[in-house]
Amino acid sequence: MTNNADDKKALICLIANLLRDCNHVAVGAASPIPGAAALLAKAAWGTPRFVNILGSVANNFFTGGGGELFDCAAQGRIDAFFLGGGQIDGKANINLMGRGEYPNSSPRWPGTFGSAYLYFLIPKVILFREEHTRRTLVEKVDFISAPGLSDASTYRKGGPYGLLTSKAFFHFDKEKERFRLASIHPSSSLEDILDNTGFTFDYSKETPLTSPPDPALLDLLNREVREKVAEVYPNFADTIFPVTSDAEQVK
Amino acid sequence: MPVDTEDFSIDDFAKAIPDGAKIAIPADYAGVSMAATRALIRRRAKNIHLVGVPTSGLQAELLIGAGCVKTFESSALTLGEYGPAPRFTKAVREGSIHLIDATCPAIHAGLQASQKGIPFMPLRGILGSDVLKNHPGWKVIQNPFAIDDDPIVAIPAIQPDIALFHAPLADRDGNVWVGRKRELVNMAHASKAAFVTVDAISETSLFETEERAAGVLPALYVGKVCLAPNGSWPLPFWNGAEVDDAHMRRYMEMTRSDAGFKEYLDQFVLQESVTA
Repeated sequence: MTNNADDKKALICLIANLLRDCNHVAVGAASPIPGAAALLAKAAWGTPRFVNILGSVANNFFTGGGGELFDCAAQGRIDAFFLGGGQIDGKANINLMGRGEYPNSSPRWPGTFGSAYLYFLIPKVILFREEHTRRTLVEKVDFISAPGLSDASTYRKGGPYGLLTSKAFFHFDKEKERFRLASIHPSSSLEDILDNTGFTFDYSKETPLTSPPDPALLDLLNREVREKVAEVYPNFADTIFPVTSDAEQVK
Repeated sequence: MPVDTEDFSIDDFAKAIPDGAKIAIPADYAGVSMAATRALIRRRAKNIHLVGVPTSGLQAELLIGAGCVKTFESSALTLGEYGPAPRFTKAVREGSIHLIDATCPAIHAGLQASQKGIPFMPLRGILGSDVLKNHPGWKVIQNPFAIDDDPIVAIPAIQPDIALFHAPLADRDGNVWVGRKRELVNMAHASKAAFVTVDAISETSLFETEERAAGVLPALYVGKVCLAPNGSWPLPFWNGAEVDDAHMRRYMEMTRSDAGFKEYLDQFVLQESVTA
């Protein structure tokens, strides 16, 4: 499991690099690592130019109400988004509803949110789930909140780009309809990933290690972006940025 | 509708919301009337059909736990970083509430259809999901303008009886200032009437300046206004309060058991001072 601050910062830097070619990235209020990554990318490269953190007052520029995000997505005005789920399967189907037989799911999770819609319309959807176990990465989800793939007659402009966990990064190959292991985080190994993944995926024995974060990017995160992250995700910021002598006293 | 703050308490306000009402409620970030929620529990409201626009949190959790809810229609019920909502989780496991699970833009689309007085709104996405398979109202139709196959989901209009929310300000004529929270305007337009608790009453008209007027829900749509300062507590409010973190943690600790939930209601809902 990724528990320590350095591993989380490495994930933030990895995601930031994935967002560099985007103009507008929207992030859920409950997604501190993707949110921090979007803020970091904007600070480092000026792209994405627009970062919209849903549910935040200061970091949300929408003026058209809660529906504006969805209208934006349908018009192609959002380039990247993050989805997770209690279960993700090998076809990139995601389940945010609950385990077991719907409607009497046990446990029931919060619900589908906007995933059943946004997954179809945002070009680069990054699946992000820190927990990398056979409980979360399953052969087949119990409930399809949003399907990874659609038939040819379905209007679909977006979908899964990849899956990032605490152990690895996978690309989703839309032609083969499978994940392909792209890189292994230094804390894990191919054997560990095979042991803990409930679906089959393509991989090479020579799969590279995930590159360590660029020191300059990490430095920017620790110095400049830290404040912005703390504004939006105060509890998360407390866990990844150690309190230094010149920082505020701990409340 | 002249607004009377002298003789109209939050409990009078809740009594004006009938049992069995279909009530639209906003997500935590848009201004939740927790004061009215507690008053509904105090008056033992029954058979409510909640529409979470597009999600809900502690408000639906409390109403479900207190046995006020028959149907929960929304895209999610979340207490965010505080973890799984204990009373909702239990109600789902036991099948004691009727669920209509949707996806966020479909809730918005259903309200938009009602606003426009049309029967449905088509919406992209959704095809191939189990949300579609299980939803009682949605239908897949062919895009009538396309030559090729183009299935699209038709979302029937959602017309709530009441849109219930908390806002910063109302004037004496019953106009309500909602700033840029346009989903509150959509909810109110779609519903038969808006019931609004407010932090304060303005003695001058909210239409006096164009800057202010741009964020006003006109009294035409407003059924009742009740003064309830800090009425979103313990939830955060976009125009003021932060979440009461200590209280939320306490809620999570207390309500793991049925007895603990009852104690929570006794302590924070039933005993609450009812003077407006």
